[in-house]
Amino acid sequence: MDINFSRNGFQNSFPNERSMATGGDVETATDPASSSFFSNDYKRHDDLKDMLDSNKDSLKLEAMKRIIGMIAKGKDASDLFPAVVKNVVSKNVEVKKLVYVYLTRYAEEQQDLALLSISTFQRALKDPNQLIRASALRVLSSIRVPMIVPIMMLAIKEAVMDMSPYVRKTAAHAIPKLYSLDDEQKDALIEVIEKLLGDKTTLVAGSAIQAFEEVCPERIDLIHKHYRKLCNLLADVEEWGQVVIINMLTRYARTQFLNPNLEENGESEPDQKFYDSSDSEADKKEVPKKTYTMDMDHRLLLRASKPLLNSRNAAVVMAVAQLYYHCAPKSEVNFVAKSLVRLLRSHKEVQYIVLSNIAAMTIQRKGMFEPYLKSFYVHSNDPTHVKLLKLEILTNLATETSISTILREFQTYVTSSDQEFAAATIHAIGRCASNISEITDTCLNGLVNLLSNRNENVVGESVVVIKKLLQMQPSGHKDIIVQMAKMTENIAVPMARASILWLIGEYSDRVPKIAPDVLRIMAKTFITEEDIVKLQILNLAAKLCITNPKQTKLLCQYVFSLAKYDQSYDIRDRARYLKALVLPGDQPSLLSKYAKKIFLCSKPAPVLQSRFKDRDQFQLGTLSHMINQAAVGYHDLPMWPEVAPDPKVRDIEITPAHVPSGRIGKKIKEKKSFYSESDGSTTTEGADSTASSEEEDDDENEEVSEEESSESEGEDTDSEEEEEEEEEEESSEDETNHAPIKSVVNTSFESPQRTTSKQEMHRPKLISETTESSEEESSEEESSEEESSEEEVVPVKKVPEKKKKIETKKKVSEKKKTDVVNLLDLDDFGPAAPAPTVTVPFSNTGVLQPMSGEVTSAMSAGSNFINPTTIHVQVEQPLRELLNRITGDGLYIQYRFTRTLSAFSPKFTSVELIFNNTLSKPLENIRLKDKKLPTGVEIDDFPIIPVVGGGSTISSYMSINFNDTTQAATFNIGVGDKQYSVNITAPVGELLVPNTLTDNDFKSLMGM
Amino acid sequence: MIHSLFIINGSGDVFMEKHWKSIIHRSICDYFFEAQTKAATPEDVPSVIPTPHHYLINIYKHKIFLVAVVTTEVPPLFVIEFLHRVVDTFSDYFTECTEATIKDNYVIVYELLDEMLDNGYPMATESNFLQELIKRPSRFSKIKSKVTGISDTVSSTLPTGQLSNIPWRRTGVKYTNNEAYFDLIEEIDAIIDKSGSTVTAEIEGYIDCLIKLSGMPDLTLTFTNPRLLDDISFHPCVRFKRWESEKVLSFVPPDGNFRLISYHIGSQNLVAIPIMVRHNISFREGSSGRLEMSIAPKQTMGKTVDNVSIEIPFSKSILNVSLTPTQGKYSFDPVTKVMNWDVGKIDVQKLPSIRGNVSCLS
Repeated sequence: MDINFSRNGFQNSFPNERSMATGGDVETATDPASSSFFSNDYKRHDDLKDMLDSNKDSLKLEAMKRIIGMIAKGKDASDLFPAVVKNVVSKNVEVKKLVYVYLTRYAEEQQDLALLSISTFQRALKDPNQLIRASALRVLSSIRVPMIVPIMMLAIKEAVMDMSPYVRKTAAHAIPKLYSLDDEQKDALIEVIEKLLGDKTTLVAGSAIQAFEEVCPERIDLIHKHYRKLCNLLADVEEWGQVVIINMLTRYARTQFLNPNLEENGESEPDQKFYDSSDSEADKKEVPKKTYTMDMDHRLLLRASKPLLNSRNAAVVMAVAQLYYHCAPKSEVNFVAKSLVRLLRSHKEVQYIVLSNIAAMTIQRKGMFEPYLKSFYVHSNDPTHVKLLKLEILTNLATETSISTILREFQTYVTSSDQEFAAATIHAIGRCASNISEITDTCLNGLVNLLSNRNENVVGESVVVIKKLLQMQPSGHKDIIVQMAKMTENIAVPMARASILWLIGEYSDRVPKIAPDVLRIMAKTFITEEDIVKLQILNLAAKLCITNPKQTKLLCQYVFSLAKYDQSYDIRDRARYLKALVLPGDQPSLLSKYAKKIFLCSKPAPVLQSRFKDRDQFQLGTLSHMINQAAVGYHDLPMWPEVAPDPKVRDIEITPAHVPSGRIGKKIKEKKSFYSESDGSTTTEGADSTASSEEEDDDENEEVSEEESSESEGEDTDSEEEEEEEEEEESSEDETNHAPIKSVVNTSFESPQRTTSKQEMHRPKLISETTESSEEESSEEESSEEESSEEEVVPVKKVPEKKKKIETKKKVSEKKKTDVVNLLDLDDFGPAAPAPTVTVPFSNTGVLQPMSGEVTSAMSAGSNFINPTTIHVQVEQPLRELLNRITGDGLYIQYRFTRTLSAFSPKFTSVELIFNNTLSKPLENIRLKDKKLPTGVEIDDFPIIPVVGGGSTISSYMSINFNDTTQAATFNIGVGDKQYSVNITAPVGELLVPNTLTDNDFKSLMGM
Repeated sequence: MIHSLFIINGSGDVFMEKHWKSIIHRSICDYFFEAQTKAATPEDVPSVIPTPHHYLINIYKHKIFLVAVVTTEVPPLFVIEFLHRVVDTFSDYFTECTEATIKDNYVIVYELLDEMLDNGYPMATESNFLQELIKRPSRFSKIKSKVTGISDTVSSTLPTGQLSNIPWRRTGVKYTNNEAYFDLIEEIDAIIDKSGSTVTAEIEGYIDCLIKLSGMPDLTLTFTNPRLLDDISFHPCVRFKRWESEKVLSFVPPDGNFRLISYHIGSQNLVAIPIMVRHNISFREGSSGRLEMSIAPKQTMGKTVDNVSIEIPFSKSILNVSLTPTQGKYSFDPVTKVMNWDVGKIDVQKLPSIRGNVSCLS
């Protein structure tokens, strides 16, 4: 063994001694305060105490480790409490950690001493390290000492407001602990829970709901406000949280929505309708009487949970399956079957649970699993209970069409070496036979064939099943009864013998000759039979005595007198009772007249039922469902309400402006990406690199860049070339270089051309996706829909110069469309930092060209409106058409708002004009003429352009003071001796003074 | 949720217990032992055992039982999945999860259990996240602690508290050699009837990865024929949306070993079984019988079949077998009555076969 333990040989060292378990039994929990000095324990732990009291951390650690070993073994180490608790202040993290473990285990027993440690935790709760704060709260809340309830309450309240989601999660866990310690705190705790429910971080959501479920599951009204958020976050929550949330939402759905299966035709409605947000309001009002329309929020829940069927966690899959089973329209439940069948390949324990649930589901919804019939075929290496469950399911699934294959499969099972399984198969055959009338005879014949089987158990079970089948159709089948009567001598299985005897007694009229003979034989062996057989012999005797007293009366008397002295009082009682009825003797009692009626009435046939028949009362996937009895804390699934409660309770106050809703839209995208990332970190992380904001147009890129440390951005350009080659092995030593793997980040930081082409490729898809997702949102989020679809358009504007001209037209038209809806033109929020400097190629450096944006802003840098960074934020603007090529006789003029400050005054809006001569000959002397301006509107002319060469392009700048109106500035442009009337209207957004926000600022404003 | 956990070995010793709420005495395990004695094999022990006041949910893996005690309603799969996650985490930390390794590393085990559950509710189950809190024992540290008596299972300084944004990946991963390995494993489960025709066959496939890459790598994996994969379960790191739209696996992987996806190809599809077994067993009157078996490749698409091993579970009435294989070795376990034949590579020219006598109870 190890050195560590060798220095105290007599001491229990953990790993190597086996005698410990027995030693532990001798030891009793003694109160150290009173008796430790005199007990053996004191001596035993003396050295440990010394070690704990020493100054050396290594000794303390060693002692703590051994103490933990004792705890792990289940041995009592409580007498060491005073020595251990001192070390709670230890500087050594490892010692401290182990002391924490010890404290949570024994504090309950040593409350007074435990109080000594509280101040340490209180101090740790203020530690800058989130892990220390969390663990302090964890231990503090795990010490089950009623005296510290107020301290715990305080700590929880503070932790709920903590910056770190990890600490908040711990706080959520602490709530049920406190509640179990003192349930008078409930009201205060509900307040805390309410706060936690509002938490947007995915890390916290699951724990918050768990706290809710444990403390106040009845306060379903607390969920309303957070319902939609929970649905949307669902995919990003950690897997355990998903299970808890889905289970809670199942309950919620059952109380808040209408039963989707109430009308059978309700399910045929196309899904499309539900997605259509414009209809939603109208639909909600119609709900009560007319055709059933699913509530939007109900649909949201079903849709949000569907991707979770692909989770690796069986519990999550099961939770979604039960949600669909209990809450979805019947027509939509079927696809969960596939995922459940996949789980059958998981661990055997999972298999067992899933199969039990499937077995219960197959009773109600046969059709669901029919396509997967073969997946339930039994494998030879399945454990017995799994085999039995599969058999159960196969039997439930059997229909006229599938029964032949199932029966063939059953034939093999009958020969299995697993006795229990073979017997169950025969019962299953019996059930199939009774359920499907077409095959009853086939099955009966098959079972009779089994009677000649070599295996006694098989024969025995067959007899029992045949008995049941015969009972169901009593006509005919004389031959079978005869054959079975012959077998009485050979069959040893008591249950089978009893069954045969019962059959003969019941149908003795059909085999009048054989029956008395059977009784004769059985009377001979009566003494050696099992109880159950004896009882049936008595029954047979009684019945025969009534129908055929001539032949059997004596026999009957003989049997009764044998039974009279039987060891079992059951049999003695039975004999006495039967005798009084059948052989009344001298004075016939009243009852004996009715003996025939009593014994030979027609008995109801047994109904062969699945043993999962009554499982339906429990919610699928629950513990109660598994054990078929209500477990502690189980609540029945509420019934659907008759009338849906007001759906408006889930409406959250509409947040002002578009910014927050844009946020929501973004979250939806995250959700769709099935990509769990805590929301809180998005805000903090995303802020530290301005570059990341560039990627808001593409959700994949965005997230990655947030995770990406900023250092790597620059260096990734060298990996462009590898774009096509996946996972190429490159031996770059640079630690920040991720070249070997083609990553999305890499592509996004490539040269503009690359980026653009790539993004363009994705563009159509992206747009459709976002619009789809937005459409699915309720109407209040419509603004986000516009915005997010616009965000997708952004990449197009980064088109390289070559393509620009071709693209422009398209863009202009696109632009116009969106402008109609959007008062504020926000499409430039996306591209920020490395936006291509587009102005350069256009400005042909005319001699008289006015200053470009850089100069402008530099000049007016004194103005306090201007953020110095404006200079760098060159925003690509869409081009708009000013003068058509045809009306302008070949001169094509476009304009755009440059969003730079005008050189003249902040009131002026700077406009860039692009003159394109589409003719072959040059156009000369282009100038601005007759302005017809509304009052207050001023124009600062662009300089006269002496000549534009054939086919060439020139840009120039002008400034217009729109006087804060959207009125058009109309003016003429003269070319040579011709004039063309044109006008420029500025959208509201262009009238604002451009101001640059850093990402941080932008995000901080979003909550406004 | 989960109240306590008992770890029990094959011979019925409770060698570790951990309580997350108040203490439940280990005598509760008696109900489990009772169920265990009723079951023929450890696999047959029911996973859920109700007792008057508690419910025992257990799993059996690597010859140890993990018995969780719950007191209130909880989805049983939740507990089972968690227990398997515990075993996986132990396997990850100690390379294998057995009684011996758990006993050797009881302090780490205890700390891990402490971190994984809080108040019975899972707290941190991602192996990468746990490794930030608790160091994995390395051979070096083991030797060091033996020699110097100083051990450092817990990192001497707590992590800066900078937890990774993505819970499944550690921060600050650095490798001098960046490498990534992918294993594609497919299992075929088939039922073949007496006449040799396939009754049903299903494929279960996995992609297991070992990723050793620095920083925050973002990987994509494409398939030539992704249509085949229509029933998949993903590791949480895979972007589901991307798969839905483009059938591309895009993910930021955890550091180290993990299972990226597992997929299932159901019995509706046609599954080609690469091997064919012809067998014949006959019992003569008395106490012996004769077994003959030969193996041949089938539908291998030109690939060689190797690493073949055959396992025959015999009925309980078989006493022993004496066989002669044409290649490889065989062994018979008289306790479990399982015959194992390690065939190795199949040579198409000379097909392997095995024949001989079996002796059974008369």
